[in-house]
Parts: sequence; C-alpha cells; structure tokens
Amino acid sequence: MNAFRKTLLAAVSAIALAGAAGAAEVETVIKDVRFTFEGPFGQYDQAQLQRGFQIYNEVCAACHGMRYVAFRHLGAETGPFFPEEQVQAIAAQWEFPREDDPSEMRPGQPFDYFPTPEYFGDGVPPDLSLMAKARAGFHGPQGTGINQLFRGIGGPEYIYSLMTGYADTPECAIDNEPNGYYNKAFAVGAFPDSCIDEHGHRMVPGSWIAMPQQLYDDLVDYADGTPATEHQLAMDIASFLMWTAEPKMMERKEAGLRNIVWLVVLAVLLYFTNKRIWAPVKREDG
Amino acid sequence: MIMGGIPQEHYEPKTNAEKWIHSRLPIVGLALDFLAFPTPKNLNWMWVWGVMLTIFLVIQIVTGVVLAMHYTPHVDMAFASIEHIMRDVNGGWLLRYIHMNGASFFFIAVYAHIFRSLYYGSYKAPREVTWIIGVLILLLMMATAFMGYVLPWGQMSFWGATVITNLFSAIPFVGDAIVTWLWGGFAVDNATLQRFFSLHYMLPFLILGLTIVHIWAFHTTGNNNPTGVEVRRDSIEVTKRDTLPFHPYYTIKDLFAVVVFLILFAAFVFFMPNYLGHPDNYIEANPLATPAHIVPEWYFLPFYAILRAVTFDILFIDSKLGGVLAMFGSIIVLALAPWLDTSKVRSGRYRPKFRLAFYVLIVDFFVLMWVGGMPAEQPYVLISQIATAYWFAYFLIILPMLGVSEKPEPVPATIEEDFDREHPVKSAKGMGDAVATPAE
Repeated sequence: MNAFRKTLLAAVSAIALAGAAGAAEVETVIKDVRFTFEGPFGQYDQAQLQRGFQIYNEVCAACHGMRYVAFRHLGAETGPFFPEEQVQAIAAQWEFPREDDPSEMRPGQPFDYFPTPEYFGDGVPPDLSLMAKARAGFHGPQGTGINQLFRGIGGPEYIYSLMTGYADTPECAIDNEPNGYYNKAFAVGAFPDSCIDEHGHRMVPGSWIAMPQQLYDDLVDYADGTPATEHQLAMDIASFLMWTAEPKMMERKEAGLRNIVWLVVLAVLLYFTNKRIWAPVKREDG
Repeated sequence: MIMGGIPQEHYEPKTNAEKWIHSRLPIVGLALDFLAFPTPKNLNWMWVWGVMLTIFLVIQIVTGVVLAMHYTPHVDMAFASIEHIMRDVNGGWLLRYIHMNGASFFFIAVYAHIFRSLYYGSYKAPREVTWIIGVLILLLMMATAFMGYVLPWGQMSFWGATVITNLFSAIPFVGDAIVTWLWGGFAVDNATLQRFFSLHYMLPFLILGLTIVHIWAFHTTGNNNPTGVEVRRDSIEVTKRDTLPFHPYYTIKDLFAVVVFLILFAAFVFFMPNYLGHPDNYIEANPLATPAHIVPEWYFLPFYAILRAVTFDILFIDSKLGGVLAMFGSIIVLALAPWLDTSKVRSGRYRPKFRLAFYVLIVDFFVLMWVGGMPAEQPYVLISQIATAYWFAYFLIILPMLGVSEKPEPVPATIEEDFDREHPVKSAKGMGDAVATPAE
C-alpha cells in the first residue's frame, strides 16, 4: 500500500476567450501517495497531524501564514487534538497588538489566528490555510476523474510532490537557468526557452520555483520518535495542510455514512410502498 | 376551476366550518384538487424530474437563506466569511456543500427534464406556454448560478465574472456602456459583488413564481405522457380511464425517485464535495493575477463551447459578437421548438427518424460539454463548430423537415390502450372463454 505510483499528467491547458491561443501544456510530476484520510472511511491520523504541525511551526511558519486557522482549532477532537495547555503555549509563541492599545503587544491567545509573517525575499509565500484544496494535483475533473471518491482530492499529493520534487538543473537549462529552483511538480514558475523544443513543447516537467528545497532527512526531531525521513516529513506536512484546508472532514464523512444509510433505508421502504400502491392499477400481485 | 382543463371531482366542503372557510378562501379546495389532479397513468420514470426540480429549488432557497445570515458581500470579507462558514458556523460546511453541489444537481435535473420534453414532444401545442416559461426558468437559473458562483470571491469567481460580463461589450455601440452599468464601475469590484449578491438572493423567488405559473399552465393543458396522446376529457368517467389522481400514485413514485437521487447527491456532498468545483476558487480573488485556465462550471460548458465555436467574422458581425449571438441563439431555438417542429405526432416513441436525430442531439450536448472544457485549439475548435452546427441544424432544419418527410409509426388511440398493452388484464383470456362457453 505504501508503494506509490508515479503519474505524469498534463495540466489542462489555458482556455482563453477571444480567440487567443491556448498556452503550451505544462507537464508536472505528481506522485500518487496514499494518505490515511482518503476514501469514504479514511481518517486523519492524529499523531501525523501533530507532527505536521511541528513542521509547519519549525519550518513553514518562517515565511507562510495561515490566516483562516485559529490556534484554538488545533485543539479540535477531529484534528490534531492538542491539549488546551499546549494550544495556549503554541498561541503564546506569537505576539499580537493589544486591543485597548495597539502600540503595545500581548502574547497570542487561542482565539487568535496564525499571522502572516513579513517576508522580504523574492516571490510571495502564499497563505497555506487552503493550499490542499487550492491545487488540483491530479484528481477530480481536472485530473483522472471520479476516483476522487477513493483517492482523495489530489491537493495533498501536490504538496507532497512539490516538497519532494526538487531535482538537479536539467541539461537544457544549465546555460540559462532562470531565478529560483527547478521543481518537477511546480507548474506556474519561470521556464527557460532553451528547454522548449521546435514544436513548442516543454522538454522537462515542472518549472522554477522561488522557494528552495525545505525538507531534508532528520530536519526536525519528532517527539513521538518517528524517523524524520524526507518522505515522512512531506507526508506529515501534506496531511496537516489537508486538515487546515478541510478541518471538518471527519465530521463530514461520519455524517455522510449516517445519511446515506438512512436514505437507503428510506428508498427501500418507498420502493415497496410504491410497488404496493401501483400493484392493483398495474394488475400485479401486491 | 382555474386549473380545470381536465374533468375532475372537486372538493366539496361538508361541515359548517369547512363551508365557512371555503366561501371566504377556497384554499383547502385548491390544495386538495391539486393533489387529486388527474395525471396520465402511463407516465414513466422520466416524469420525475419536475418534482425533483421543485425539491431542489426548495433545498437551494433554504440553505441559501441560512448561508446569507453568515456571509458578507464585500470584496475584503467575502472569501473570509465563506471560510468562517466552513470552519466556525455550526453545520456551516454542510450548508455550503449542499448549496454548492445542489446547484450542480439542479442542473442535472433540469437538463434531464428538458431532454424528456424534447423527446416526448411535451413542448408542442397546446403546451407552448408551459415550455416557454420553462425556458425562462432555465435562463434565470443560469443567471442565478452564475452570480452565486461569484459570491465566494475566489479566483474563478472573479475571472469568470470578468469574462462573462465582458461578453456584453460585444453589443455594437452601447456594449461598453452596458458593461460599465452591469459592473457598477470600471471593473468587477465591490459594487459588482454586492449587486450580484442582491440578485442572487432575489432571482430564486422569481424562479419560484415562474415555477408556479409553469405548473398552472400544464395543469390547464394536462400533462403530456409517453404516448403523446391527450387524456380524454369527455366526462369524469372517461378521464378516469386514462388517469390516476396525482396523490398517492405519483407523490410516492416521485418521492422514491427523489430519495434515490438524494443518495447520489449525498455521495457528492459528503464524500467528494469539491469534485465539481475548481481548485482555483480556493484562492482569494486577485485582479492582478489571471488564472492559467478560466473554466466555467460544468453546466455552462455546452453553451460556453457554442460561444467559442464562432472564431470567424460573418459579414459585419465580428467573431466575438457572433459567439455571443450563437450562445443566446442556442437557447432561443429551444424556445422556438414548438413552431419549428412540424410533426403531427407528438411523441418520439412513434417517430423512428426523429429518434435517431434526437439521440444524436444528446450525444451532441455531451460533446459540446466536453469541448467546452478543452483549450481553444485544434482539433477542439473544429469539433465545437461541428457540434454547434448540429445543435442549430436539429432545431432549424431537422425538426421542420422531419415533420413533413417522416412516416410515423401507428399511435395508440388512447392512453388506456397503451397502458393495458403494457399491463394486460391477467385473466383476460380466461374471462373471454367463460363468456364464450354459454354461447356454444
């Protein structure tokens, strides 16, 4: 189950109105890793969400905010389920302007939201709250179709593939490498003309991203002793960001199973009611 | 009486209390007569979509009204208020996912409903008014869905709104002024969002009103049915041989169909709520960054394909205006179908050549939906042009010609005859023998 299948999928090309030509197809390498929360019965792994938060906290948070996630959300029973004191302590790592005197700072409280850090480098580090739903990966109508039901929406796969998608500069770009770092999963970055063949097709997947590679083996010390391989780190952050994007997924699936069972029972009852009502009219045996 | 095209037994107040209220407001009679409406007894499963649509309209209005209590129509707050609904409002995620996917299922049902009418000739005399009101409802649904999609103020909301409102700039001379007027400014901005919110809240009630008129109209003419043969109305007794009271026969049948459809709906709402959406709409609108792919919602793709199929100028009409005219024209030809179809036989069941043309039209619709989501490059452009040509040819050439050239198969004389053939009297043979014996 853990073995992952590599899929190469072309992103859907631009649809331009007014007769403009479609953009060249961008190929990216998205790895179809398996997450615990995929499928109708899939669940978040609480320990994994906690590890994922640790990565966000120690690595991502330096540049990326999460403006729609409040510290109190971290205590959610169907999420990382950090104990209340720990949520307090996490919130207190950040400072916020005081309500009564904005020139003074106070420690963060559970009701505060993850702030967006000031960033002075190249590019714009996007907010991560919704990242797992804001990238297509390869599932859904933009990807391989209805198997989203069993294989998830593809956003976490995108995040995983991006984090592990850094590679050496391809040969075609060595003499004129754009700013940034070559990444096989990144679709919308700079791309050198020397890697485009005479038919206008790109010779290598991905493009150049402003963010350097972040995850390396043993980058963080996991409190639960899980070996912090690059693969594990990428899985954990992708899972955590799926939770930040869809914090009610467990409630949703649980309600879904209940509702569908209930609807099926109702449908069966109505089927027989209908059959019985019509039997005399259709001259059938009721 | 107002409803009364078809003879039926009407409610008679019995007690004094009933008489008192009935002579002042005959509402009980209206409701009971409505429920007992004589409905053709041979309706098949394609006749469930009307009730389905009514249910989905109610679902959309109820969830929408509650969502509006938590939503903020302002460019700086709209996106965040949706996230507030998704994360912090009790059951907010459920309301929003129902509303979001409800729009898609509404369109699945409406397209099924429309193609049923096209196949069985439900649009033909005397149901032209029902049909035209239906087309108006479709247009209002499209407007409502489009404006609703703008409200979350994601990237696809913003850019979809920009692309679609810009279509009006194709109108000669006054186009730009109209676009500015629609926007309430010189770009899609806060004024646009607020008016879209207002209209998105208002239009469904207009749809509800038109739905009532739609039902009123076909209660006057009576329902069509798979044979296309009219219910006999010589007397209540004769009518009863062709019909059944709507309740309980069709209330229960339709309710069963509704619940089955709701199971499919629930599978989407609970297990893949974002399947029919676009990931870019989880990125807040940014007027400075155009998404790589601007794609409308799936239910607009056939018409979007027709819009883009016109890539050439026609005389003084440039391709942009041509595309807009083709898109609106593709719905106008629908409205004109009652007069374009010259066949005296109503139902496609008895029209072999028509059936072929109709099935091609269905395939054509899905082809248009598919190319609508493809890039504007070959071979998709050519495919969309062929598919668009067929759409218009079906209504403007095939329907008028087939009515003249086609030789229809024999049509049953009555609905009763059709029903009895489908559900024969079991002991009919035995009874015949019994009757025959004494004559020996």
